[in-house]
Amino acid sequence: MIDRPAVLEIEDLCVEVGISGRWVPALNNVGLTIHCGEVLGLIGESGSGKSLTALSVPGLLPGNARVTSGSIRLMGEELLGKREHELNKLRSRSVAFVFQNPTTYLNPVLTVGRQIAEIFEVSPELLGPAWMSKREKRRIAWEKAVECLRLVKIPDPERIASQYPFELSGGMQQRTVIAMGLVRQPHLMIADEITTALDVTVQAQILSLLAELRRSINMTLLLITHDMGIVAQLADRVAVMYSGSVIEYADVRSLFRTPKHPYAKALLEAVPTLQAGDAIFRPIPGGIPAITDPPPGCRYHPRCSRAFTPCSVTVPTPLPLGPGRMVACHLYQATS
Amino acid sequence: MSDTPLLQVRGLVKWFPIRSGWLDRKPASVKAVDGVNFRIQGGETFGLVGESGCGKTTVATLVVKLLKPSSGEIRFDGTNTAGLNAAAVKEFRKQVQIVFQDPYGSLDPRQTMLSALTEPLFALGTASGRAQAVERARQAFEMVGLDPELLRRLPHELSGGQRQRVVIARALAVEPRLIILDEPTSSVDVSVQAQILALLEELKRRQGLTYLLISHNLAVVRHMSDSVAVMYLGRIVESAESATLFSAPLHPYTAALISAIPVPDPDAPRLAALAQGDVSSPVNAPSGCRYHPRCPYAQDVCRRDDPPLRELRPEHHVACHFPGVATRG
Repeated sequence: MIDRPAVLEIEDLCVEVGISGRWVPALNNVGLTIHCGEVLGLIGESGSGKSLTALSVPGLLPGNARVTSGSIRLMGEELLGKREHELNKLRSRSVAFVFQNPTTYLNPVLTVGRQIAEIFEVSPELLGPAWMSKREKRRIAWEKAVECLRLVKIPDPERIASQYPFELSGGMQQRTVIAMGLVRQPHLMIADEITTALDVTVQAQILSLLAELRRSINMTLLLITHDMGIVAQLADRVAVMYSGSVIEYADVRSLFRTPKHPYAKALLEAVPTLQAGDAIFRPIPGGIPAITDPPPGCRYHPRCSRAFTPCSVTVPTPLPLGPGRMVACHLYQATS
Repeated sequence: MSDTPLLQVRGLVKWFPIRSGWLDRKPASVKAVDGVNFRIQGGETFGLVGESGCGKTTVATLVVKLLKPSSGEIRFDGTNTAGLNAAAVKEFRKQVQIVFQDPYGSLDPRQTMLSALTEPLFALGTASGRAQAVERARQAFEMVGLDPELLRRLPHELSGGQRQRVVIARALAVEPRLIILDEPTSSVDVSVQAQILALLEELKRRQGLTYLLISHNLAVVRHMSDSVAVMYLGRIVESAESATLFSAPLHPYTAALISAIPVPDPDAPRLAALAQGDVSSPVNAPSGCRYHPRCPYAQDVCRRDDPPLRELRPEHHVACHFPGVATRG
């Protein structure tokens, strides 16, 4: 897996957010690598910075956030510092983004087939022969749009293509958004909590679709979620975020079998599961710190059962533990 | 088990009429709850699970008398709650409290926590004076693990987990016997969810409470409940003891729900999408068994006849023509 080319490399990314007139660090030295055909799970609770990390890639950070340092490379090309028109090209071709709420990203007054066909019409290279009449162009684009809907397993795609978004269920809308993202065969798809708004039986259908797309078109996926179950089922590797930093980075099996960071361990124990029978899950005391007033040293230390002297003083540096494994915790620095 | 259940619901129906305009001759209705029966024994936690739109929240609002049922009866401690006069309703509200999903929406943004907690005490006449009400509010805050100093705060000054504790404290302050928990943890993060669930368990033990727990999260219901009912499109399709229901489900919908939960273990079998398509509309519920359009095992009889809820094994009820078909292999 390591020898495949890297699609996305994020290094030492720092982002600040403007809150009541001052700049507050929101991401601290975030680093991630996704290889071709791989699914990287990015997990963390709300406010951990996972969405902010994802939004930095296509340069979609909100107006009150700014990148202060670091590097984001897509297929080896540096993205930070690119001009807006270059980023637009990137957003339309190389990176597809699917968000939590599909209704927000579909145009309510266009049929779903029309919305997908539009992408083909503005990119003539996708339609085949160089010259064709406008009518011909429209017809082929429509056919291709129907094909896209079929790829994401929408039943009866010819009929669905001529329906408006409000006529579709949440699951169907999400499939449509995924189909739109796949039109340009992007290098990377970023899926930000895409099943959170769906019912579990529909969520299972969407997750099966992602697993299948991965096999059929070798899709590279950055999967952002707070659900440990989704990560365990779909991801190859996992980055755990807490309060703006990646605190552990490992392949999925190692993370679930032998979590190193006390937070990763506690998070796994805090989730009730159907399989655990009556086993007690263990709550993590306290709450996530506010980014405006973070604790000194390791940001997890006030909640950590294994905290000792250096934890409240210095921020732990990321420590590599074998290939593709990293942990940022003083416990391991002390023993090595 | 033989004594009077604390809450008994029989043949509960709630239809909401929809009027699409005066030209529309045939009035339609959303059959949100369409013939629901269950009973909760004192000291028990009863879980009600189902996907959005199955009617579980409507059941909760009917039980606490925020809505009037179209038909059917709800008995609390043996008394039908439909015929209560104003004084008896007050008494009923002291005994039955509800905690809603969204703690933001359940707290007035301009009301301090102290005022939010003492208002129901005055309204229901459970505190005789201001000093006593304040004392009760402090006690309730301590019970849910909140610093009584926070009573001076406004909702926006608290975190999501703290707000959830406040609404639980407010329900506890009148010393109820039954608390209805409508998605008590769906708006908080996992680390906080575990805290709230542990708190609810502890309060139940200490105060001898009875819970009606409504959730779409099967794992939460599995851990908290003694018995569980699964709802689909306004009906209960299966009910049993918690351990039985999750280890040996008989209805294909229950089996589909369970298999749809992603297992937090990379070596577990991949999840299977057993239910096809989406939930049907509660306005035009399908003929026969309501689950048949999504059921991979549906036969002709499922499209024709509505299966009744039958007791197949002791305390295990299921409404299916082919019970156990999904789990037989």
